[in-house]
Amino acid sequence: MNTVRRFRLLFPALFLFVSACTQAPAPPRSGAHDVKPAYGDALVEGTISDASTLIPLLATDSSSHAVAGQIYNGLVKYDKNLKIIGDLAQSFDISPDGLTITFHLRRGVKWHDGAPFTSRDVLYTYHVVIDPKTPTAYAEDFKQVKGIAAPDDYTVRVTYGAPFAPALASWGTAILPAHLLEGKDITKSPLARTPIGTGPYRFKEWVAGQKIVLESNHDYFEGRPWIDRYIFRIIPDTSTMYMELKAGALDTMPLTPVQYARQTTGTRFTSLFNKYRYPSSSYVYMGYNLRHPLFRDKRIRQALTAAIDKDELIHGVLFGMGQKAVGPIPPGRWAYNPNVKDIAYDPKHAAELLAQAGWREKNSDGILTKDGKPFSFTILTNQGNQQRLLTAQIIQQRLRYVGIDVKIRIVEWATFLKEFVDKGNFEVVMLGWTTTPDPDMYDVWHSSKTNPGELNFVGFKNAEVDRLLVEGRSTFDMEKRKKAYFRIQEIMADEQPYTFLYVPDALPVVSARIRGVETAPAGIGYNQIKWYVPKAEQVY
Amino acid sequence: MTRYLMKRILMLIPLMVGITLITFSVVHLAPGEPVEMQMAMNPKVGKEARERLRKFYGLDKPLAEQYVTWVGKLARLDLGRSFSSDNRPVRDKIAERLPITLALNIIALVMEFGLAIPIGILAATHRDTWLDKGITVFVFVGFAVPTFWLALLLMYLFGVKLNWLPISGLHTLGSDSYGLLRYVGDMAKHLCMPIMVASFGSLAGLSRYMRSSMLNVIGQDYITTARAKGLSERVVIYKHALRNALLPLITQAGLAIPGLIGGSVIFETIYAIPGMGQLFYQAVMARDYPVVMGIVIIGALLTLIGNLVADVCYALADPRIREGRGVQ
Repeated sequence: MNTVRRFRLLFPALFLFVSACTQAPAPPRSGAHDVKPAYGDALVEGTISDASTLIPLLATDSSSHAVAGQIYNGLVKYDKNLKIIGDLAQSFDISPDGLTITFHLRRGVKWHDGAPFTSRDVLYTYHVVIDPKTPTAYAEDFKQVKGIAAPDDYTVRVTYGAPFAPALASWGTAILPAHLLEGKDITKSPLARTPIGTGPYRFKEWVAGQKIVLESNHDYFEGRPWIDRYIFRIIPDTSTMYMELKAGALDTMPLTPVQYARQTTGTRFTSLFNKYRYPSSSYVYMGYNLRHPLFRDKRIRQALTAAIDKDELIHGVLFGMGQKAVGPIPPGRWAYNPNVKDIAYDPKHAAELLAQAGWREKNSDGILTKDGKPFSFTILTNQGNQQRLLTAQIIQQRLRYVGIDVKIRIVEWATFLKEFVDKGNFEVVMLGWTTTPDPDMYDVWHSSKTNPGELNFVGFKNAEVDRLLVEGRSTFDMEKRKKAYFRIQEIMADEQPYTFLYVPDALPVVSARIRGVETAPAGIGYNQIKWYVPKAEQVY
Repeated sequence: MTRYLMKRILMLIPLMVGITLITFSVVHLAPGEPVEMQMAMNPKVGKEARERLRKFYGLDKPLAEQYVTWVGKLARLDLGRSFSSDNRPVRDKIAERLPITLALNIIALVMEFGLAIPIGILAATHRDTWLDKGITVFVFVGFAVPTFWLALLLMYLFGVKLNWLPISGLHTLGSDSYGLLRYVGDMAKHLCMPIMVASFGSLAGLSRYMRSSMLNVIGQDYITTARAKGLSERVVIYKHALRNALLPLITQAGLAIPGLIGGSVIFETIYAIPGMGQLFYQAVMARDYPVVMGIVIIGALLTLIGNLVADVCYALADPRIREGRGVQ
């Protein structure tokens, strides 16, 4: 916090600029007597890209899923504390051997066109996902299913060949209307542009590249949402989006750290908007190519981590809006191991470790050498991500202090993947992972996933981790899972296949006229249907 | 003449084939694939899912076969379906974005010429005075200022501080219920800033061109004669000089026509205008081959037609060209 204050003093000019725009008086607020929940008004959200298709099964972009998430439901969902609870399923039981999950579906749920929701829709969704003709990205989890049956309209029983913990969460996938899709080609379905779901909002209008308008579903099974319309406005530039927010044409958007810390602090802004802050589910890391001779020795990887000041990165790049990442599971999750000790920033310790690994002498430029070769490598990152570039630049300078020469190379995303990551043609990459609430990370760390195009592209192979990853995903017993993932984090902290850098905070802002917004481990969106605008403050 | 025209039209066929070949190879030479872009770095996506999608798009077939399929469809005026997850026909995607880009570009073009011509004349007639120098500074500021920066400043001034103009997009929310007049007015307000920014940047080139062309004409003997006859300066400049000075500018206007369907990525992105520039940029970034190739082919076709029309006009004017004797 201290550093944040010091930074503020460093930029008085900027502050004057911001406060100069906050002179106009805030509009009068109605008294506290009038803030009862009321139906009506609209929530206008800024999004940087248009949705592609509103059949979630076919969509791979976050914009499409954000919109579709309001229109469809899964059988299960995560609650505010990231615990799995029933959604379209009233309840579910897992058999003691972990092989069978039985979903008891809600009765009386209707599709937006009035047709009843039944187990037939669940069966259809399952069959279309695993159909090899469906171009979906989400078939993998469902391939573990050995059998599926619907004894009646409101019961679905799924059996697995072996206990598979991520299975339950996979049933959070949007259930599609069988009566509109069965026997038709899903890739040509009009539902892609005019979806029909069971969710709190129903689709009204989509103007390509401009906006998507949803209307509240008065018959929603958890109750009619207070806010009548949910409008997504497509604004590709974040600076423009911020101006639209200030001008009052948007109600909510994600802020960047600099906007959060510096540009949204005036009293006028804070009287019109509420800012929220909570850890996001992603982390940024520096991944070492473990096939490369330079990074085979774990002492070197430990030394690199010790030479990087993570606090400095958080203050410099994120304006303090984040926390240190220690391992592959973000702090606050049930599988997060709080006892793992991070390698502290200590350039002396880094130098010692490097010396142990044979990097003792320095050449005339002050760069460490071994057998006459200087210690030099390139950090590769993708174009268009300013935070990663700044992070790489700060790291470059820190590593220079301990005598390591770092170059930075920025490559366009498609080329980055195809030419460098997939081919293992890199020394160090800087990237981020978004984690799911379920801690299963088999695909990123298991030694079988090191082939070209697979996600363990750093080539991490550790027999104990392999065993624990399988153990962690093949039981529903929380204690056993916890034990496996705790041990994995200990091994990672020692092995340092990545230098885990930081977990940025999510920084959404919401118009102050919208009430009922609360932060929880799941973020702010979990209770959106309970958000409301008091009658006197409604503007749309 | 008919023979000449036939010859020219027949010549378009090999040209078009060449264009399709080059377009197809350049697009496929770029590293990365649409499938990668949609599915890479997603732990939930298995190898098989990628193969499934490649097969769905026909990317598993040999390149030659893909080319023949694409050209075959193209010959039937079918641009194919987009390789993004919406899988919509490319024609629809272009059709919904073309009108706004065309409208914007035409208005901006008219604005540019409408401003650049008087500015150029003014600079030429007041050559080397403070007015001329002032104009030079003004147009070069327009040329040198980065579009995105100017756009943001204007947005802040007119949109946030003064609240005169909407900041971005094309319509106010709820404008669907407006009457026609109010609806058009609302859209015009939205277009003010983008057009201002778009035309300011290109004033420099055109007005300088106009200035030098004007100076060139003013220096000629027939202008001296006109002045010697005792004509007023106004008649000399606007009647005698201007017409001749405008000729090179008309060529410039002709050259700008194929550019009308291309949008500018920068101001479309900043002003949230869903035009061709954004579509093309996003398609390139996502390696959406059919969309990229579709837009390139339409652009190439327009250029070819533009050239053909220009050549026919020349031929009409100059018998030496249509009779193939060549100009010495």
